[in-house]
Amino acid sequence: MASPAPTQADTDPLTIAGCAMCSRLLLGTGGFPSLELMAEAIRASGSELVTVALRRVDPQARGSLIDVLADTGVRLLPNTAGCHTARDAVLTAKLAREAFATDWIKLEVIGDEDTLLPDAPELLRAAEELVDEGFTVLPYTTDDPVLARRLQDVGCAAVMPLGAPIGSGMGIRNPYNLALLRQAVRVPVVLDAGIGTASDAALAMELGCDAVMAASAISRAEDPVRMARAMRHAVEAGRLASTAGRIPRRLYATASTPDEGLAEFPT
Amino acid sequence: MICLNGQASDLPAGETVAGALARLGLSTDARGVAVAVDGEVVPRAAWETFALAADARVEVLTAMQGG
Repeated sequence: MASPAPTQADTDPLTIAGCAMCSRLLLGTGGFPSLELMAEAIRASGSELVTVALRRVDPQARGSLIDVLADTGVRLLPNTAGCHTARDAVLTAKLAREAFATDWIKLEVIGDEDTLLPDAPELLRAAEELVDEGFTVLPYTTDDPVLARRLQDVGCAAVMPLGAPIGSGMGIRNPYNLALLRQAVRVPVVLDAGIGTASDAALAMELGCDAVMAASAISRAEDPVRMARAMRHAVEAGRLASTAGRIPRRLYATASTPDEGLAEFPT
Repeated sequence: MICLNGQASDLPAGETVAGALARLGLSTDARGVAVAVDGEVVPRAAWETFALAADARVEVLTAMQGG
């Protein structure tokens, strides 16, 4: 039997810090109504990298998140969600490294309770310290191209700019900034936060992002597994489109059918 | 008084991190667990021997759905 033709994903991997992944969709594990649904959505999404948070042990907790995730075969990306200072984020990253035996960290340092927007000076400080400590740092950042470049320059392995505030589902509010940011850095750009539905993910990829991270958009959808599948297709479609070379935008029509050979009918 | 995950505990001074973990129903080979005492990471290799001070603040953390 002939082997199937390679898909785009097989020949166009996402590489972060030397680690190649076929999927360009990162998944957040927060917000799923159950661990079973989470695992099913992860499988449907095709994601190979999923985030987890670090919280106090709850002796009453049912089921082990770690065991369920291990069964799906994904790589863990611990985050520093909930940290408001560089100091707390660095300590949380060190604890995550202890707990999960990975030096990858999705660095979040939050500066405002209502918008959960990143605190830029604290973020940069924490990123620099964690890089020095040997971490592979993926910072959640604003869509500011200059800050993204600064994060790259201190040694971050990728940057994760927001499209809109976390959990807002508002999509990509400033595609122009995102396009500038894409040009400003060489490291992979992972659109993080703000995704509401599949078209948002496709747009991020069309704007040149290397990957998309989705959490609430999938976990809080009415049918998370179906939405996970939708995001997978959207990310693949957006990547294909961004590398296919789209036609320029024009004000007026350009006929797609030639006039040559057009029949002439008696009046 | 030793504070364990934000709660006052009756753990005696000199108790080890392993003893604090046991109070939460965890063994020292529990997967996906990390411990900080007074804001410093205590590596797994030191859990059996690290003795807690009388006013130690112990955080025992694990994976939670998030992000």
